[in-house]
Amino acid sequence: MSDSTDKILYCRCAFSQVVPVKTKEEVLEKLCDSGRDFECVSDLCEMSARRDDRLGELLEGDGKVKIAACYPRAVKWLFHQAGIPFPEDGSVEVLNMREDTAETISKGLLDE
Amino acid sequence: MKDSKNPIQVILYEGSGTTPISSGDRLALTANLLDQGYSVSRVSQNASPGKNQAASAIIVLGQFSEAAPEIMDASGKTRIETRDTTGLNHESILEQVEEARESLDAEQNQPGANGAWKPWFPVIDYDRCTNCMQCLSFCLFDVYGVDDEKQIQVQNNDNCKTNCPACSRVCPEVAIMFPKYTSGPINGEPVRQQDVERESMKVDITALLGGDIYSSLKTRSEKAKSRFSKERSPDKALDERKRCMIKLQQSGIIPPEVLAELDLESLPSAEAIQQKAKEMAALQNKQG
Ligand code: SF4
Ligand code: SF4
Repeated sequence: MSDSTDKILYCRCAFSQVVPVKTKEEVLEKLCDSGRDFECVSDLCEMSARRDDRLGELLEGDGKVKIAACYPRAVKWLFHQAGIPFPEDGSVEVLNMREDTAETISKGLLDE
Repeated sequence: MKDSKNPIQVILYEGSGTTPISSGDRLALTANLLDQGYSVSRVSQNASPGKNQAASAIIVLGQFSEAAPEIMDASGKTRIETRDTTGLNHESILEQVEEARESLDAEQNQPGANGAWKPWFPVIDYDRCTNCMQCLSFCLFDVYGVDDEKQIQVQNNDNCKTNCPACSRVCPEVAIMFPKYTSGPINGEPVRQQDVERESMKVDITALLGGDIYSSLKTRSEKAKSRFSKERSPDKALDERKRCMIKLQQSGIIPPEVLAELDLESLPSAEAIQQKAKEMAALQNKQG
């Protein structure tokens, strides 16, 4: 279940594109069609490399945080490496655009 | 310097006092801005706009019914520019963003731009890492270091050689990831038992990087020290590096295209290797 307090974070993987283009385009399209608010970043890896403070803000919120990016193991430790503890209580969910279809990802992001 | 540039945040404001934009325009604008390195948030009246305290430069875009409001950051830390996009086409909106960016005097890293940097660096999975220091002793470019508690950490990710995943292949625990790598488990895929078995047949790094110099130093044998000092002549040092290059090449653990870009000068000197071996030995002694 997700509700309007859930935060949606989409990673574009723009600096070195390892996420299939078709998948990330379709997911973004569904996100923009949904009318939901969202946070999008150009490249989480680039932000982690710079230890960007905004990474911490991106995980803050009252509800759940859903992240469309790549392998959950990579995303978790990218945040950790930037000095941002990654909650292990299920409040953050990572959806893997490298492996799953756009349909599965969008459903996971937007299902209410 | 890539480290100092935070992405500029663009807020697509569609809350009260604005006319929402069509989903097609929202998509085109968001995709285009992300591909230029911006962060993009869509904010409607249904949700709070978030704190955005960590963003240093923000551009707010909206189809405002009245004049675009002037927004100030009370703390004075964040610079904010607002633009009314009513009646503007896609290209004109992008021009407005560019013009606002110039007003903010803000720069950001740009994907794909000339000489653009690829975020390529190791990421450690601490659920797997046993702090064995293999990666630290192996990496020729001092990417790894230890924190105050002597725990391994990635310290100088700028030093990492783009597309070189060699340290992930020497980690016996399959704990090192490069998220931008093409295949698993290096890219972050779940680690399977067969990956661990394959990794347990590790190359002997000591042998690879100049063999007995490393091991002798670990035991701090005087004999070894005197032999090493004889190898300090520039010719010997160069020979040592050449041998090292050939061994790395033969081992197949560094991709040939990465090796081709490395010149001998970029490799650490024999002295630096000796120094590192000393530090490693000290660290390992401390760990018991
Ligand atoms: S976190 Fe994953 S999806 Fe995002 S930029 Fe890094 S590799 Fe790409
Ligand atoms: S080689 Fe692997 S297990 Fe050993 S310290 Fe490095 S990351 Fe940890």
